Order: sequence, then C-alpha cells, then structure tokens
Amino acid sequence: MKLKMHRYEEIWLVCGISLIVVFMLITGYQTFALDMGPPSHMETIDPQKVDETAPFDKPGVYKIGEDEYEVVMSLESFAFTPVDIEIPAGSTVHFILTSKDVTHGFEVAGTNVNAMVMPGYIQKISQKFSKAGEYLIVCNEYCGAGHQYMSTIIKVV
Amino acid sequence: MNKLLGAQPKDAALSRTYLFVAFAALLLGGIMGLLQATERAGLFEMPSWFTYYQALTTHGIVLVVVLTAFFTIGYFYAALSHTLGGLLPKVRKMAWIGFALKIIGFVFVVIPVVMNKATVMYTFYPPMKASPYFYIGLVFIVLGVWMCAFGAFVQVATWRKNNRGQHLPILSFFATGVFVLLFFGSLGVTVEVLTLIPWAFGWTKTVNVMVSRTLFWSFGHTLVNIWYLTAVSAWYVVVPKVIGGRRFSDVLTRFVIIALVITNIPGGFHHQIIDPGMSQSLKFMHVFMSLVIGIPSMMTAYAMFSVFERRGRELGGKGLLGWFKKMPWGDVRFLAPFIAMVAFIPGGAGGIVQTTNQLNQVVHNTLWVVGHFHLTVGTSVILTFFGISYWLIPFVSKRVLTPRINKLGVIQTIFWTIGMLIMTVSMHISGLLGAPRRTSYTTYGDHAVAASWDPYTILVVIGAAFLLVGGALQLYAAYYLMFRAPKGHTEFPLAEAEENASATPYWTERWGRTIIVMLLLVAMAYVAPLVNFIANAPPGSPPFVTW
Repeated sequence: MKLKMHRYEEIWLVCGISLIVVFMLITGYQTFALDMGPPSHMETIDPQKVDETAPFDKPGVYKIGEDEYEVVMSLESFAFTPVDIEIPAGSTVHFILTSKDVTHGFEVAGTNVNAMVMPGYIQKISQKFSKAGEYLIVCNEYCGAGHQYMSTIIKVV
Repeated sequence: MNKLLGAQPKDAALSRTYLFVAFAALLLGGIMGLLQATERAGLFEMPSWFTYYQALTTHGIVLVVVLTAFFTIGYFYAALSHTLGGLLPKVRKMAWIGFALKIIGFVFVVIPVVMNKATVMYTFYPPMKASPYFYIGLVFIVLGVWMCAFGAFVQVATWRKNNRGQHLPILSFFATGVFVLLFFGSLGVTVEVLTLIPWAFGWTKTVNVMVSRTLFWSFGHTLVNIWYLTAVSAWYVVVPKVIGGRRFSDVLTRFVIIALVITNIPGGFHHQIIDPGMSQSLKFMHVFMSLVIGIPSMMTAYAMFSVFERRGRELGGKGLLGWFKKMPWGDVRFLAPFIAMVAFIPGGAGGIVQTTNQLNQVVHNTLWVVGHFHLTVGTSVILTFFGISYWLIPFVSKRVLTPRINKLGVIQTIFWTIGMLIMTVSMHISGLLGAPRRTSYTTYGDHAVAASWDPYTILVVIGAAFLLVGGALQLYAAYYLMFRAPKGHTEFPLAEAEENASATPYWTERWGRTIIVMLLLVAMAYVAPLVNFIANAPPGSPPFVTW
C-alpha cells in the first residue's frame, strides 16, 4: 500500500493522530485509574417484577455509612420513586436505578450524573453533593406524552 | 458524447423525481421544526390532535430519512448515469421500483404517526410500541433503499466488466461506497424491525430491549455518516471544478472513501456509552472505534484547503492567506459547500466530545446533542446538498442557473448559516447546562435551573425563523430551477485529477476486500456485546403505549 502525501499533510496527520492518541490515554486513565468511567452496571432484573424484587421492593433513601447514602429508585412513565430526596451536604449518594416500563434517562442537572435506565437492567451511578441546594432530576429520554413532567428534586441541606 | 448532450432524458427524469420528493420533505420537516421550537419555548401550544411529540417524530423521519435519502439517491444516480455512460434499463427500473417501495413505506409510516399511533420518534426504542404498520412501512423503505443499492451495484459491476483494469470514475466510486454502507448499515435495523413486527401484532409477548437498541444504533449513526460521505463527495469532486481548479490526489481521495466505509458502522456504539449491561472496557474500545473516523475527516480537511490554496495562488493570490480572496464567494455552488465544510470543524470536534466516555456522560441526551447534529447534518450535509441543487436541478431539468437565482442562493445560504449558527450555539450551551432533548415546554415546577435554559430556547426560535426564511428561499429556487428557469445546457461539474499525478494503485478497486475488512471490524465491535445481550438477557419487555 503506497500513499504518497505532501510533507505538510504528513505533519498535519501526525499532529492530529497524536492528539487523538493523547485524548484516548487521558480518557483511559480517567476511566480505569480515577474511576470516572460512564455508568455501566451489568446486573439484570425482570422488568415486570420490579416491585417484588429486592432492593426495588423498598425504594427509598438509606444511610449506609458516614456521609454515604444509597438511593434505591424505580422509574416509570412519568415518575421517579421515591420523590423529594433529602441528604446532608457533603454526602456521597449511590443511585441504584431501574425502569418498570420503557427506557428512561436519569439526569441530575448541573452535575455529571447522567445514565440510561433501561427495563431489565439495574443501573448504578454515584455522586458527591458538596454544595447545598435543590438539585433538579429530570428524565432525559423521551418516554411518552408526559415526559416533560417527569422530574423530582434532591434537597441537599 | 454523453457529456456533450447533457443528462440522458430518462435518467434525468428519475433524478428529478427523487429531488422533488427531497425538497417536498424539506418543506414539511421545516414547518415541523419551527412548530417544535416555538412550542418548546412556551410561545405556542400544539393542538391536542397533533402534539409536540408527533411533530418531533415527523420532523425526524422526514428530514433524517426522507430528505437525505431521496437527495442522495437522486444525486448519485445522476452521477452514475453521467460518469458510467447512462443507466442500464434494468438499473433504471430498479431505481423506480425502489422509489415506489419507499413511497409506499413512507405512507405506511406517516399514517400511524398522524393518527398518534406511532409517537415513538425516529429512533422508536422498544418497549414503546408503535402501530405494527409503522414498522411494516419501515421495512418497505429499507427494501426501497436496497433496491437502489443493488441497482447501483449492477451498474458498477457492468461498467467494470466492460472496462477491465480501469479505475471507476471518482464520483461513482463515492456512490459505490455510499450504497455499500446503506446496504450493510441497514442490516441491523432490519433485523430489529422484523422482530418488532410480530411483537407489535401481539404474536410474541416480549422483546429484548438492549438487542433492539444496539441493532438500531449500528444503523442510526451509519446513516448520518452516509449523508456526510455524500456531502464529502461533492467537496472532493464538484467544488474544485466550480472554483476552476483540479481535485486533490486521486489515491488519497479513494483512501478516504475506503477508510470511511470500513470504520463507519462500529462508530454507532457511542450512542450507548451510558447504557447499562456493557462493561467499561468494551465502551473504551468503542471510544477508539468512534475516534478512528476522525482520521479520514482530518485528511479531508487538509485536502480541501490544499485545493483552495493551490487554485487561489494560480489566480495570483499572494502571501499566507491572499489566495483566500480569490475564491468565488458570489457563486452559491461554492459558497454553500464552503460554509458546510467550515461547519464540520466544530461539528467534528463536538462529535469527538460525544464519543468519549465521561464527556458523553456530561452531554448525553441533552440539547447539546441536538445542536451537534444540526451542525453536522443540518449544516454540513444540508448546505452541501443545497449547493449541489443549484447545478444538479438545472442539469436534470435541461435548464440553466440564472444570475438572479444564484444571488438568491447566496442570500438563502446566508440566512441558513445565521439560523443554524444561532440555533446550534444556543443548543450546545443549554445542553451543557443540562437542558434535556426531546422534551416539550415545561418549567419543571418553576425550578431555577430550568429557568436558566429559557433564554436559549428563545434563541432557538429566532434561529428557526431564519431557517424558515432560508428554507423557503431554497424551495423557491428548487422549484424555479426545476420548472421555470430558461431552457439550456448545464454542465455536470466534475474536476479533473491533478496534473503529474502518480497512478492510483489498483487495490483501491478491490471492493470485495474492503467489504471483508469492514465486516471484520463490525464483528469486532458487535459480536461480543450482542452475544452477551442474548446469552445473559433479562426477561423481555412487553409493549407499552405511553403517549
């Protein structure tokens, strides 16, 4: 395979490809060393038996340690259960999520919490809430006629 | 002979009909777009018999599937006819059958959408269940596209048999790449839709949601990249001729096409970066597979500016940027695709952001993404298509582009550019602030964060208004050039290869090999996750109608 390029094009491509490689390295370092990778939980669940399956039989907010909380939450058109969560500032929250019907999105606006919540799968994502305030949770995947009403808040006090 | 006489009448009629449908789709889709923008900003309430989400579903289908597919096929069939000595009668027939299948399919798709029985967006993620006729319509559309792909393959294979050892003319080479991708790229979604039909009729009880979603995205992203490759063909082959220059290195051009064909289908996976059920190492491999597509795009960027600079210097441009002033800025056939190329610089950069694990997580399903594809498809691809239409429509209509319509085209391009600039910038910003996509007007209980998005949704409406004017001017120009412009001969602008070029190696013509390499990459990308989704599948999902 012979591709004759102009020297400038070679320089341009070497720079561009190096940039991509560096980009990949940073992404890999953040994902695997700093644990910043995207939510990728593997557990499955029967989507028609969410209410009977632990932990979703008891959705709610659970304190699991010093400044550490677990939020077990089920999503359905067009609601999050539980609603209006309250936690102290400085806590780390581990969200455990699943859907009872269609595909939903779980986004806490103003943070990096963003995950697809699919029927049949349990999704997990964690976030430390350092600053007090009312954080808006929205569903960001179209889920039906009332999609725009699907929201709740996390009060960090 | 062919070149002297212009388009062959029967082939011209085929392309003309495809282009007519494409622009009709632009009209319908554009109106939907403006309705959505005003509704979302809270300025206008959609009637109960035609909701925001119905408008959004229509907008997506009509613009991302109909406008683009019909334009691409009309354009490439004109190119096949022109560069390969006229379409074979059976190929022309196949393209007409393909046309009929697509129109039938489209009617099947649109009726349930209008009746609010398929308000599922053009992504139709199960377990949302549309009317089974919606899925049947999609099958017809795919069959119609395949018919055109096979027609192109027959045309190309016949030409090669009669011209052994020769290189396929460059625009037909592009066409081959596009139709190869259209066929192989749509296999996944076809399997998906065929499993959804019995489920939608109630013959099967449940569906595997993750398999469906993965099959969809193996197609969804390939599709937009196909439209991009179509636009790129005009950048490499047509634009150099319009400015009076020669095209970039033939071998590098063909290399870019082959690279785009090989790397495209695996790229779709980055739509699933924050999905459950897939490991982080798999997702990391897919970051790489998506970013690889950037390399041929960087080669394209170099090639384009190299062609401009060489031509500008030929015309007496001096210094570092003097050549820039020598470009024919007043010629819409140059201006529109030029802006399209420039738009792809931030568009491609934004794409790199979206393919990357944790950066995707920040913007996933926000308006950022909508801003991204309005920049790439809505600007890079569509402005190129507009630019093409100012010579292609006269070419297939045996008419000429008048100076008045050229001027109109320049104005129209400026309107479209301003509109897209305002709209995409505000979408990107509000997406970064968290505004979700595909969401009708809401204040989220008057939450302050949601209120911070408001200025941007208003800006989107202003952008949409500019686009409406630009779109209307474009429709008028298309109509005029098709039916009213003075009769005459228009040239099909094909630039010559560069002088003193070294011969292009023949391996570039080995499509069988290219396709095998492509399929190997597709297998690398998709076999493991699909096997996992099937082998470790949770109980399936029953249908839901939530609208």
